[in-house]
Amino acid sequence: MLCRRLLKTNNIIKNVASLKYTPTTTTSTNVVRNLSRSFSTASTTTTVQPIDHSSQMDRILGRIQEETNRAFEGGGEKRNNAQHSKGKLLARERIDLLLDADSFREYDMLVTHRCQDFAVEKIPGDGVITGHGTINGKLVFVFSQDFTVNGGSLSEAHAEKICKIMDKAMKVGAPVIGLNDSGGARIQEGIASLAGYAEVFQRNVMASGVIPQISVIMGPCAGGAVYSPAITDFTFMVKDTSYLFVTGPDVVKSVTKQDITQEELGGAKTHTTKSGVAHLAFENDIDALKKVRELVTMLPQSNYSAPAQSECFDDPTREDEVLDKIVPEDPNKPYDMMEVIERVVDEGRFFEIQPNYAKNIIIGFAAMEGRTVGIVANQPKELAGCLDIDASVKAARFVRFCDCFNIPLITFVDVPGFLPGTDQEHGGIIRHGAKLLYAYAEATVPKIAVITRKAYGGAYDVMSSKHLRGDTNYSWPSGQVAVMGSKGAVEIIFRGKGDIAEQEQIYNDKFANPLPAARRGFIDSIIVPRETRKIICEDLQVLKDKKLENPKKKHGNIPL
Amino acid sequence: MNRLVTSLFNGSKTTTNYIQRNAFHSTTPNFMFEKILVANRGEIACRVFKTCKEMGIKTVAIHSDADKHARHVLEADEAVCVGPAPTSQSYLNIDNILEAIKSTGAQAVHPGYGFLSENSRFVKELEKIGVTFIGPNSYAMHALGDKIESKKIAKAAGVSVIPGFIGEVDGIEQVIKIANEIGYPVMVKASAGGGGKGMRIAWNDEDVKIGYRLSKQEAKSSFGDDRMLIEKYIDRGRHIEIQVLSDGETALYFPERECSIQRRNQKVVEEAPSPFLDDETRTAMGKQAVALCKAVGYKSAGTVEFLVDEKKNFYFLEMNTRLQVEHPITEEITGQDLVAHMIRIAYGERLKIAQKDLKIKGWAIESRVYAEDPYRNFLPSIGRIKKYIRPEGPGVRIDGGIYEGGEISTYYDPLISKLITYADTRKTAIVRMKRALDDYYIKGVNHNVPFLRDVMENAKFLSGDISTKFIPEEYPEGFQGYKFAPKQIEQLAIAGAILRYADQHKSLTNNANQARSSPVEPDEFNVVVIDNVRHLVRFQMVKDAQFTVEFVDEEEEVVIKRVEGSIDEDTQEMLRLTIGGSVLRFQLHNRGTHSYTLQFHGSKIDVSVRTPEEDRLFKFMPEKLHIDNSNALLSPMPGAILSVAVKEGDKVVIGQELCIIEAMKMQNVLRAPRDCEIKSIKAKAGTNVAVDEILIEFK
Repeated sequence: MLCRRLLKTNNIIKNVASLKYTPTTTTSTNVVRNLSRSFSTASTTTTVQPIDHSSQMDRILGRIQEETNRAFEGGGEKRNNAQHSKGKLLARERIDLLLDADSFREYDMLVTHRCQDFAVEKIPGDGVITGHGTINGKLVFVFSQDFTVNGGSLSEAHAEKICKIMDKAMKVGAPVIGLNDSGGARIQEGIASLAGYAEVFQRNVMASGVIPQISVIMGPCAGGAVYSPAITDFTFMVKDTSYLFVTGPDVVKSVTKQDITQEELGGAKTHTTKSGVAHLAFENDIDALKKVRELVTMLPQSNYSAPAQSECFDDPTREDEVLDKIVPEDPNKPYDMMEVIERVVDEGRFFEIQPNYAKNIIIGFAAMEGRTVGIVANQPKELAGCLDIDASVKAARFVRFCDCFNIPLITFVDVPGFLPGTDQEHGGIIRHGAKLLYAYAEATVPKIAVITRKAYGGAYDVMSSKHLRGDTNYSWPSGQVAVMGSKGAVEIIFRGKGDIAEQEQIYNDKFANPLPAARRGFIDSIIVPRETRKIICEDLQVLKDKKLENPKKKHGNIPL
Repeated sequence: MNRLVTSLFNGSKTTTNYIQRNAFHSTTPNFMFEKILVANRGEIACRVFKTCKEMGIKTVAIHSDADKHARHVLEADEAVCVGPAPTSQSYLNIDNILEAIKSTGAQAVHPGYGFLSENSRFVKELEKIGVTFIGPNSYAMHALGDKIESKKIAKAAGVSVIPGFIGEVDGIEQVIKIANEIGYPVMVKASAGGGGKGMRIAWNDEDVKIGYRLSKQEAKSSFGDDRMLIEKYIDRGRHIEIQVLSDGETALYFPERECSIQRRNQKVVEEAPSPFLDDETRTAMGKQAVALCKAVGYKSAGTVEFLVDEKKNFYFLEMNTRLQVEHPITEEITGQDLVAHMIRIAYGERLKIAQKDLKIKGWAIESRVYAEDPYRNFLPSIGRIKKYIRPEGPGVRIDGGIYEGGEISTYYDPLISKLITYADTRKTAIVRMKRALDDYYIKGVNHNVPFLRDVMENAKFLSGDISTKFIPEEYPEGFQGYKFAPKQIEQLAIAGAILRYADQHKSLTNNANQARSSPVEPDEFNVVVIDNVRHLVRFQMVKDAQFTVEFVDEEEEVVIKRVEGSIDEDTQEMLRLTIGGSVLRFQLHNRGTHSYTLQFHGSKIDVSVRTPEEDRLFKFMPEKLHIDNSNALLSPMPGAILSVAVKEGDKVVIGQELCIIEAMKMQNVLRAPRDCEIKSIKAKAGTNVAVDEILIEFK
């Protein structure tokens, strides 16, 4: 009743009843769609309706309307245009794209900051839009920082709004998605702003492993602000418009005299290729938001809800003959492990995480019989599939994510060992490699491993081996479970005496095959590659209700 | 383990065939060769094996290291490795092949085409060890295989020959002199050449110089014989050839094959019969072909190639003393198995068919599907065939030599397969070819299906008005992709809307949405953007794969068009719809966050599907800049640098030769794209380069 009277939608909606469609190219009809529900929707623009000021109720309604309108306007037309001209969408537009149409319910739209100093502009909402909505029907909580309002800077009130939805998300068990576009702390508020950050961090940490948390960096994110995305499970960035750094180029220059651009210092490319801080980089806002939808659909709501399950359009018993010949006979010849993955998972669809960072290991999500699984695989095409510091850390964090949220792990193994070298040793490969070992050993979700070729040395142990409570370990006939390759082994065993070629042959016959491991039961079965999908699907079915608990403890002490 | 062993066994060999063959030999003593080795690879090896199997003959494949898992190896009963990947060390390695013959006890060798098929030394070596060569004897091969010699023989046999200099030419000066005597344009070609290799057309002295040098080099590397000849080049001629079959006494001619559609003198589309010939010309050509066979005592299958001008005058080009690539179209319209005939003749049998049996029955068309980039002047493409779905259906035949997961390497011919369609009439054969090409799904390498599909809709091709100039005349700017008509754009929009619906529908089957009291439904309205053309469409599923699509005028908000149809097939690769009685086939090649790459009418196109809200916001998305590479010469293909003709600091003019890159045994001259100065040279002769690698930088 309230809405209809205020908004007088009848005379705005054109005669489209027969069509049931209101095109969004014109702003007026766009408003209709958003306001016809309630005040709390994510539209960007609005029109002020004439108000009858004769009654008290109308006066109040008028004020509500006025503040609502101001909240919708954000930073005003000029700043909104500036945002657009940078190739960035407005905070509300982003929410519109992220969530299912008409599903957004906004909280705290009229919250304003409480700062008395420096005459900080007061706009309802205070630079962040918060609320809940659905993504493909799944409940999510979302906050979207509005760069047009005080530069999206974080005030005490701004932080409170974020904390409110995080608390609620924890209570009901639903993912939190943060769309970050903020200049940083609200300097005018001083310590209150910093306290706000800390409140958010604390909640990030408490929520970690309880609900999935995703950060999308869609503008600057500098200083203390970076640590919230850093704690969340996934950080996405938009190319050319987003930056993440602790200290910006100016500070870097004054301290180290080094000239560096924002993009080079903390752009999407840097963080998705060099630092590993961000997980995926996207061409633009629309791409990024659509991809978040895709990811969220594959994730469970929380650590106590059922795993994500969708309809499956791929035969779980499908066999793929190409797999039989995918591993080259020459053990030194690379092949693309990605193809193995795509041929095994449902419909060949693989959501890869960190595709351009530590390419020697592949991680990502796929579905088997419609159920989400986590995939970890050595990539023989890069660094021969060796484990190095970056790869270990990349995979370890992913394994732990999957374990937190009960996502079964499928591991494809072709690993010749840990990468040798002073860089690696001095960089702490022992400590970092241990993280992956720790993660696999600690994980209680179903763990299935398929050795496609090499499983050498300590790296064999690490990669979801039977000894680390792997549920099933398989090897293709091309598998070689051994301490090391024949060349190095022969040198040690025979100390360079005798016919090396012959010795290598002896070694290869003895160890460079899956038989020794099969005889000991370290692999459950040698499987025909083409049946890999069928067998994994079957195993996942068997392991569906797997129960395994780690000893009760406060938390383990992973070698950080 | 049991499962492992049986599965592996079933995967590589079919047990039933094996048993059948044994049974044949136990009851039929020595009426035919027991074992044949095919000294070739790829589709032709598979083709010969097929007939061998039908005849109950055991088969032996040879292969190089690179071909260990090639399809022809899997299809043979036995396989022998004859050397490393380069052809000179494997498929051309006579000693190793002879060894393979001895070790397997093969009684006869089928050479296929190319490689040793026209190598008289190989034939002589076989004669020495008493193994039958399935082809002509070494004399006929030598006499006819040599372009100069064959011309002399042809002339003597009363065959009409092309004007030119009958004899070998050597040295640039002589070449230029003779070229001027004959008058431009002239064709410089290797005496031992074939398949478009080692031949160049020259329009002036400068062309002759370059053409002579390159052809000679190619001839040397491809055939090991660099003798050259020169003859008048007949512009806008038609390439029509006559298949012959001779048992030494009876010689028969088959209806002709029209092979005019060529690029770089290599045939691309062939058909039988020719839409151009009348019965009188056909008979005259056939009789001359038979006369030539008799003149050399020819004993096998062969092909006499003619150039036919616009007045139906025909000139002898050469005789190929082997099975031709395009032989299937002749088989289709005559119902004969040429390979079987070759084997029987080689075994010493007489022909059991007569000239009257070789009447034209129907029409056949062959499209050669190559791994090459039609958008980049048909340059070869290499890589792994990631997805490969062959078309099927009535009147469709595929002679192929690869399978999904196979590799197209730089070592060998980039032929993926020969796609042949057959029907009662030319028109129906073309319709079937279109359908087959639309169903042919190849992913992993670039291929010429877009081009082949375009030819099938070309007005000149449809009317039969073609010549060897067809490609340069019809595609003067090179192949630019299929030109979609507005109606086809609409059809693409429908496909896009359906794919989006299907994707959304799948996403919405997640358990959280299903648990809701009012689950979220897929969007009805979408804006589909194709080539900057926008369509606002409303898609609704009616029932059982029936749908309606409404095109909405955005300004007026009225439905301007309503289409009803059904979804007949919807897989990861294909979407097949029936709209208004016609079947539309869309291949899905890529899924982006908001767009699909579809292949429709052979060509790929991006179809972006957005919600109206997304569409409204799209205008704010920045255009991404592409890197400008005009200041550098990029390698158009993977291959080896043969030579670099310039040095740093050189000033070059547009069209000047910069370097030569060899790929798939073809030498390609890379020329200056504009007048400029050479800044730096990255390419080194003898090194391998990847596609798009910077070779030379300009100032």
